[in-house]
Amino acid sequence: MVSRKFNVLNHELVPKHEVLSPEEAVRVLKELGTMPEKLPWIKASDPAARAAGAKPGDIIRIIRKSPTAGETVAYRYVVVG
Amino acid sequence: MAKKKASGKKTKKAKTKKTVKVEKKAKAEKKARKPTIDDVIVEKTEELRKRGVPLKIVEEVREKLMGVRDLLTPSDVKRIVDLVAEEYFNNLVEPAEPVGTVAAQSIGEPSTQMTLRTFHFAGVRELNVTLGLPRLIEIVDARKTPSTPIMTIYLDEDHRHDREKARDVARKIEYTKVENVTRRYEIYPYQDYETGLYNATLILDLDPAMLEDKGVTRDQVAKAIGKLKNVEVEVDDTDPYKINITIQGRDLAHIQRIKDRILNTRLKGVKGIKRVIIQKRGDEFVLMTDGTNLEQVLKIKGVDPTRTISNDIYEVERVLGIEAARALIIREIIDVLEEQGLDVDIRHVMLVADIMTRTGEVKQIGRHGVSGEKDSILARAAFEMTVRHLFDAAARGEVDELRGVTENVIVGQLIPVGTGIVELYMAPSSLVRRGEE
Repeated sequence: MVSRKFNVLNHELVPKHEVLSPEEAVRVLKELGTMPEKLPWIKASDPAARAAGAKPGDIIRIIRKSPTAGETVAYRYVVVG
Repeated sequence: MAKKKASGKKTKKAKTKKTVKVEKKAKAEKKARKPTIDDVIVEKTEELRKRGVPLKIVEEVREKLMGVRDLLTPSDVKRIVDLVAEEYFNNLVEPAEPVGTVAAQSIGEPSTQMTLRTFHFAGVRELNVTLGLPRLIEIVDARKTPSTPIMTIYLDEDHRHDREKARDVARKIEYTKVENVTRRYEIYPYQDYETGLYNATLILDLDPAMLEDKGVTRDQVAKAIGKLKNVEVEVDDTDPYKINITIQGRDLAHIQRIKDRILNTRLKGVKGIKRVIIQKRGDEFVLMTDGTNLEQVLKIKGVDPTRTISNDIYEVERVLGIEAARALIIREIIDVLEEQGLDVDIRHVMLVADIMTRTGEVKQIGRHGVSGEKDSILARAAFEMTVRHLFDAAARGEVDELRGVTENVIVGQLIPVGTGIVELYMAPSSLVRRGEE
């Protein structure tokens, strides 16, 4: 069995994950009028979150391909786990 | 895309063939001049995107406008774009609309028309796939393992166009044990009179057709068995398909165990993959498997790791993450509904998947998941095990904030949905001030 390192972010089912900078995170939260804990969560141990280099407390921007909108942006709050 | 098209047309109008570099220059010059209708369309549709209209609608508008560009004036474009924006925002879901209830009914009603128990043969006769209501329930209940775990393995560029090469990969993936290539075996136990221990001779008669099919040689089988303890292997020179094995055991039961271990020895393949079927899809060969092991299969050479997928939602969550699990939930539910000829708007399914993956792990819709973890005691009590929930809440001194729908129905209040969510607050101090004026 040949072992190769495969980046999960390249998988067809995995949308683009981007870690937001603190300034950007503040801006996004203000725009949405919400608190980080009220966003959907993603665990820090999640393979995609790890590949994106996220740490607990970060906010990840997820750019999904959508059959209805073409492209949608979602956010997830990185939690310990 | 549209921009490229636009500039291409522009050069045609100027009746000159220019290289890309020159074209760029020309573009800059053009900007200084009066903008063409194409520029207006591109600019206005880009503005639409910035206003928050989804990409797909923006692209559609742009394409349609480009199609009739000769009939339009810049003010037409502006009017159309404004209308599109207005129409789009008018059609958004209103705040406080009970989207969950609408989704539940939109999926629930068509589901009543589903055939109760369907086992369908998806493309291949040999492979049995659970579909229909049982599969739908399995997905929303987030069962740990699907009743028919299946992987769809796509192959990389080198292997996808050739059946022989596809078979090579399939052989590497299919879990093969000694038992699978054995036609017959004979076992002769005997007692060693000096030590009183039992030994045995095991003669394996390998199946030539299976060896060929699985791509294994007798020497490989002998080598794999030779690694076991208490076993001595000898290949029979007179018969190319015979292997003689001497087992040194303590008693008959021990010999029996060793024999079972020999037959279960792994020759090749990935654990959990019981069978691999080669299928032709379009112009490429695809492997379908009975059993899943996404993590290991993605590492196999010849497999395209970017497209290979399993129908086990937990496995996908573990290997590819929560977002992939969300996408898979949507895909699997839509597949089931479509296969049954039911037309459910994908947005309802997306909502279900969003709720199931909200906490960063896949949760079922039901007792141990979404419904069982509601904040409200009354809502939980209304769902299942009423008395227990009320006792527990009382013992812990919990408070129900009456924010949800269920609890407000129970106490007979207006439910916080639609217009019921609007509350009126009054600041007496400001009234006083006004009176003073």
